Amino acid sequence: MKRKIHLLCTLIVFLIVFCASHVFALSEAYKKNIYNPGHLKPTDSVLKVKVGDRAPNFSLLSLSGERISLSQYRGNKNVVLSFVPAAWTPVCSDQWPGYNIVEDIFKKYDATLLGITVDNLPTLHAWTTQMGELWFPVLSDFWPHGAVADKYGVLRSDGTAERALFVIDKKGIIRFINVNDINQRPKLEELVKALEGLGK
Amino acid sequence: MSKIARRMFIVLSAAAFWAALLVSLVLANAAPPQPGGPLPDFKLPIPEHTADKEYLGLTTSGPFTIAQIKAQVVIIEIFSMYCPYCQREAPEVNRLYEIIENTPDLKGRIKLIGIGAGNTPFEVQVFKGKYKVPFPLFPDEQFTLHKAFGEVRTPFFIGVRINDDGTHRVFYAKLGGIEGAESFVKLILRLSGLEKEKKP
Repeated sequence: MKRKIHLLCTLIVFLIVFCASHVFALSEAYKKNIYNPGHLKPTDSVLKVKVGDRAPNFSLLSLSGERISLSQYRGNKNVVLSFVPAAWTPVCSDQWPGYNIVEDIFKKYDATLLGITVDNLPTLHAWTTQMGELWFPVLSDFWPHGAVADKYGVLRSDGTAERALFVIDKKGIIRFINVNDINQRPKLEELVKALEGLGK
Repeated sequence: MSKIARRMFIVLSAAAFWAALLVSLVLANAAPPQPGGPLPDFKLPIPEHTADKEYLGLTTSGPFTIAQIKAQVVIIEIFSMYCPYCQREAPEVNRLYEIIENTPDLKGRIKLIGIGAGNTPFEVQVFKGKYKVPFPLFPDEQFTLHKAFGEVRTPFFIGVRINDDGTHRVFYAKLGGIEGAESFVKLILRLSGLEKEKKP
């Protein structure tokens, strides 16, 4: 009997996952250039920071060639770090284009956005060019590979990063963390709610 | 077998059955709409805003089908707030709406709607606000409609002819932009057969 129940449970889980498998990176802007890694383990790392901690500083090269440090925003801007797993993959490819049309929301909360992946700069250049002109810096955490992702505890065992959002206030304190299911896009309203919370 | 185990087995069997049925329904509707064929079977929720409801000429208070829209032709855009192509295309689609609304012979006969694939209501509102989209947009947060439409890439435009007897047929279904509002209007008039008919 137990075996039958186990078998049924497995079938149900499979069917639910199958039915719920969502399609991302639908935009024709990417043509057929998106690599689909299939359904991945939702999260695969252990956070090394928590809400209330001082955000670990870092310094990374951006696509514009400028080196950007988290500390340069201290005292003047709230910062949202958006780690996405990898370039040219389904969900990542349509997360930042959404953020790209809500610069006004970030401005409203006196925040900036830093997009980070573990890809190298040439790859990031080719990928983000498809998204149009991005208003926020895109940073490469390529070498030492994923060092910043690892500092925050969002480096997965396969060397990609989690799909994670960190909201850091002007004092450099982490106020919100969302390590999302890597297979899903985080809802925009959850990030907006976190930004709203900065004023309280 | 204990009573509890037997009950659990029955419940799980029923769950597996319904999940399998759902999968078969999803797969049954997996092909994108084709010219000459029907739309998949679906209903949209009544719009919240009176202006949208009036634009669509809806007389029902509950969910409605495309054929219930008061028009001879309905153009459906499958889009996403996160799709860079849809973002770039938005002003041209707005222009399409303006041309139709400012042409006495077309106003009221051709209506536009958008379905935001994988977008939450908030995300659809962000897109609507950002691009000042004047026609009704509907969220499809769980990709339910998107799946019914064969998981097309975005933007995807569907032209539907609504007949006097309440039946309908798809006369246009294409991936990509409208490639110029004026020429698209001409194309729609020709393919739908509307150009040969006088305004009722």
